[in-house]
Amino acid sequence: MATAVGVVVFPGTNCEMDAVAAVEGLGGDGRLLWHGDQDLTGVDAVIVPGGFAHGDYLRPGAIARFSPMMGAIARFAADGGSVVGICNGFQVLTEAGLLPGALQKNSGLKFLCQPTVLRVESSDSSLTRRAAVGSELLVPINHFEGNYTCDAETLARLRDEDRIILRYVDNPNGSVDDIAGVCNEGRNVVGLMPHPERACDELLGSADGAVLISSLLDAA
Amino acid sequence: MKFDVMVDVRLRGGIADPAGATIERALPALGYDGVAGVTVGKTVRFAIEATDEAEATRRSEDLSASFLTNPVIEDATVMVTPADGPTGDHA
Repeated sequence: MATAVGVVVFPGTNCEMDAVAAVEGLGGDGRLLWHGDQDLTGVDAVIVPGGFAHGDYLRPGAIARFSPMMGAIARFAADGGSVVGICNGFQVLTEAGLLPGALQKNSGLKFLCQPTVLRVESSDSSLTRRAAVGSELLVPINHFEGNYTCDAETLARLRDEDRIILRYVDNPNGSVDDIAGVCNEGRNVVGLMPHPERACDELLGSADGAVLISSLLDAA
Repeated sequence: MKFDVMVDVRLRGGIADPAGATIERALPALGYDGVAGVTVGKTVRFAIEATDEAEATRRSEDLSASFLTNPVIEDATVMVTPADGPTGDHA
């Protein structure tokens, strides 16, 4: 049976159909999950996609964490379920406390929408298990608040525990230590600013994101 | 008692502040020289019911720390004053 990937939709989410298309193009079963529901029955993995959840009011992700679905996702993650937050979804997961750190405004003070080259730093996560360490992936970014930051103690822990899973080869936004993606201690919750779901077909300029989405389908 | 609360949210030192930087860069062109350290934050105002000012302050600070600010990138100052007006209950 195809891996069922739940894709969360908040008011203001706008990348949910890209995520569903990527999942289904790789043989999975993409299912939209409304943020006001909290039923994850039959869901094997969760994607929190990009967009502007709750309009990004107050701060990106600040209000989304109070949606009933986020409580269900926190329990799903605590039970070992694979959860990936992409772009705004990464911001939501940091605000919800499922991942450390925060995303501040890009250091160049500009909204960025461009291809970036990512280096796989760890294949020990729900999003990178199929990817070779050291391999480079062409994946687009599309954000204003993608500059990852955390305190020195958190950064040391992320490094020591091999939890920086993706780095930018040419840092576009000022993220500390070139961080593009991190995982939690259990390695089942991952957040990244780049959009692998938009790089799953050569027609879109790159199919390098497919190895990441395929990893998630495997991990479920 | 009803209290008016104002929460002043600021970006912490070292956190990118594009709005502040852009305003500061624009000032000389407008003839305002000698202005430095421009930062842009936000103000959140609300009214809260509490038995006394200490409780109003405690609950407002808790609300600020748990929701209105992200301590990784922001600091806040909470100001609590007894509400004015005909329904005010303050001495």
